[in-house]
Amino acid sequence: MGMTLAEKIIASAAGVESVRPGDIHTVELDLLMSNDGTTHLTIDMYHKLRHPHIADVNKLVWIVDHNMPSDSPKTAASQKKMRDFAKENGIPFYEGKGVCHQIMMENHVRPGQLIFGADSHTCAYGALGAFGTGVGCTDYLYAMVTGKSWVLVPESLKFNLTGKLNHGVTARDLILTIIGRIGANGANYKAMEFSGEGLKTLTMSDRIAVCNLCVEAGAKTALMEADEVALDYLSSRGRTPKAVFHADEDAAYAQTYEVNLSEIVPVVAKPHFVDQVVPAAECLGTHIDEAFLGSCNNGRIEDLRAAAAILKGRKVADTVRFLVVPASGEIYRQALEEGLLTTFMEAGAIVMNANCSVCWGSCQGVIGEGETLISTGTRNFKGRAGHPGSFVYLASAETVTASAIAGEITTADRLPKREG
Amino acid sequence: MGKLFKFHTDVDTDQIIASQYLLFPTIEEMKSHTFESLDPSFASQVQPGDFVVAAENFGCGSSREQAPSVLKALGVKAVVAKSFARIFYRNAINIGLPVIVCKELYDHVEDGEEMELSLTEGTATVHGQTFSCTKLNPYMQNILNQGGLLASLNREEA
Repeated sequence: MGMTLAEKIIASAAGVESVRPGDIHTVELDLLMSNDGTTHLTIDMYHKLRHPHIADVNKLVWIVDHNMPSDSPKTAASQKKMRDFAKENGIPFYEGKGVCHQIMMENHVRPGQLIFGADSHTCAYGALGAFGTGVGCTDYLYAMVTGKSWVLVPESLKFNLTGKLNHGVTARDLILTIIGRIGANGANYKAMEFSGEGLKTLTMSDRIAVCNLCVEAGAKTALMEADEVALDYLSSRGRTPKAVFHADEDAAYAQTYEVNLSEIVPVVAKPHFVDQVVPAAECLGTHIDEAFLGSCNNGRIEDLRAAAAILKGRKVADTVRFLVVPASGEIYRQALEEGLLTTFMEAGAIVMNANCSVCWGSCQGVIGEGETLISTGTRNFKGRAGHPGSFVYLASAETVTASAIAGEITTADRLPKREG
Repeated sequence: MGKLFKFHTDVDTDQIIASQYLLFPTIEEMKSHTFESLDPSFASQVQPGDFVVAAENFGCGSSREQAPSVLKALGVKAVVAKSFARIFYRNAINIGLPVIVCKELYDHVEDGEEMELSLTEGTATVHGQTFSCTKLNPYMQNILNQGGLLASLNREEA
């Protein structure tokens, strides 16, 4: 019996010939990412260990991105603890450079790696053929000290992609549609593996958007084979694969889903759950107070370009705050050089520093009681963006931008023609 | 015996402990905000030895270990649910908070009822009715028995 991508990476990390779903293996980890959401607690636990030490400091990557820049003295103290520890121990450290997963994709992730991240959206790394999974700080600390951890081999779900996305439809619509179809726990404890002819039509940015959101269906990890698109991206960033794995023809999947990309339409996820997905057309006219373009899911240069193309020659509605937050400093600079930031500012958008922003509802752009946000962020849970009595709709960069212009939920193709 | 606090399906980690409290310096400072959006009185009402009971997919969403940690810090003895989201489940075991899968219990109990849980027997008893729970995987049971992953690490490296 052959193996899935997830099984192959675990077998490699465990140093065994083959693994089966349900097996527990001790694995060697390649990278350990942690951000300011939990690292201060990890450090406190570290100091309480009987023999505190770090197995391999070069496997660690620490990133301050969640409350960046800090919003309160308490946050500042927690981040100082992280900053000081990183410096004392020589841990690779980023601060103010962008959202952790984007920084990892730009600079660290390599195909074939097994990566723990103290953040649930670590599954994004599957876009480069790496097994990324989210862990808490105890798991993180154990791995930081020993270089190893235990992994329960997940069953895999296969998503066979065919066709091509239509104009105005995005990878964001694709993954939201899939989550709507399988539900918030449709992939709980499982790996989501994407393959098929349709995958070849997706750019790296698309692939990251797809893999990143899989945890919203409960997935342990998301994986795509590192093909030409992925390997080109990798070499353009000066990196080489650890290993390129291919799923075996006779690999066993718990279930296979056929997804025709040409049938996907613009969608929104309604409050308060990511699987409450409906065609955007069903929410037309819903009043919004704020719009957010950014996050590890949809803050890449391609998203900013698409938004700027819609905004050019138009204005953000008077009643809307439109937050534009590039996912990394590198993207910010690129957007600046391409003139996109000028377009955003001329249209009345608020361009902010690269960070998690309102996607995590604690730092900037937090909304009040009764307010509604349309967002390219990762989650729309009750209170996720601020007050428990507020509302978050998730949609693509295009739909968010169009809605910011209209002051209510709409899609780009429904906007009135530009003046002149 | 402990009182049970009953929650619905798909309780996400933002409801257990919201983002704006996560960077507080310690779990002790966060715990009074547990379940704030769902039941603002929870943190002041819950007593050591009480239980959280939920339906499917408890703890979905983020990997924040603060979620099981605030429950443990408030003295919650165990979370009993029809199913758990995987990161929450793993985090809970790692910190030594029992997470028990029990398919039948939820539909037969009311919020505020007294419950008795036997971790060794794998049973929960409410108003004289006993429900059997799914046994933990032995590997995970072993971590729990040792008091969590770091306790076992300290033992390994002793």
